[in-house]
Amino acid sequence: MQVEVNGKKRLITCRTAFEVRAQLGNETDIVILNGFQIDSDYLLTDKDTLTIIRKGMMPAQEELESMMMARHTPEVHKKLKQGRVAIAGLGGLGSNIAVMLARIGVGQLLLVDFDIVEPSNLNRQSYYICHLGMPKTLALQSQLAEINPFIQIETRTVRVEEENVVELFGSYQVLCEAFDKPAAKAMLVNTALAKLPDVGIVAASGMAGFASSNLIKTTRPIKRLYVCGDRESGAGIGSGLMAPRVQICAGHQANMILRLLLGMEEI
Amino acid sequence: MRLNGETVQLEQEQTLSEFLMAAKVDCKTIAVERNGVIVPKAEYESIWLSEEDTLEIVRFVGGG
Repeated sequence: MQVEVNGKKRLITCRTAFEVRAQLGNETDIVILNGFQIDSDYLLTDKDTLTIIRKGMMPAQEELESMMMARHTPEVHKKLKQGRVAIAGLGGLGSNIAVMLARIGVGQLLLVDFDIVEPSNLNRQSYYICHLGMPKTLALQSQLAEINPFIQIETRTVRVEEENVVELFGSYQVLCEAFDKPAAKAMLVNTALAKLPDVGIVAASGMAGFASSNLIKTTRPIKRLYVCGDRESGAGIGSGLMAPRVQICAGHQANMILRLLLGMEEI
Repeated sequence: MRLNGETVQLEQEQTLSEFLMAAKVDCKTIAVERNGVIVPKAEYESIWLSEEDTLEIVRFVGGG
């Protein structure tokens, strides 16, 4: 039968997953069958996807991508690889969303932010001390290259204004609004709803402080607009932004983007 | 009128802009959909609301 082993189609005579492992590797290798790491042996069927990973070894470049994506369902990976997502704002939401989308293998990401990394960002944003003073676009791009070198990342270190929304985001499937200021959020969402009729918009509102995690939701107030957050907790004097709720909200946005890329429009 | 999924009474003839001002909503931080169509900010002052209208007002608070 034909199965895919570490990204390559092979004709095999083995009946089970562990027989393939015995032939190609050794007993301590990890075996992932169609996205699930198995501890006991399974019979193989035609078209199965098998990944065999030797712990502590750096695999060859051509095997690395299939190993990294081994925990995704195979069909899902193919769709995500073709996905095009633009992220506007690379703060607590945008930087963490970009990391998640890179991990799941979204094929093309556009990162947009005009600002540089400064110390007060580190309480919730995906940057390190070594990034202080760097443009957020480049600091994030260097991290994503370490997480997943098999995706294309474009960066634009510019301020997003009404006038450049179409030029920046017009060719993307999904636009992620991840700004900090409410007026900037509203400007981007209004402009995108009016001028980008084919782009899905995933925005955020309300994730400051440390109120219950469960108040943060994904909603769809307008057909093409998803809003994640509790819709109430604004950042302000005495109401700071903290990593846990910001990342919960970022997770909501990233999962809605994932769903849209897979053709699921329901929240 | 329907507002964000609920029925509200329109007390008097008013524009969208007047309605938002009375509700103490900052126009800079919202997106408004009226009867399935996005309302450009420039039209808030010229749109008169009617009882048949369905409005969706999405308000953004700060943080990200």
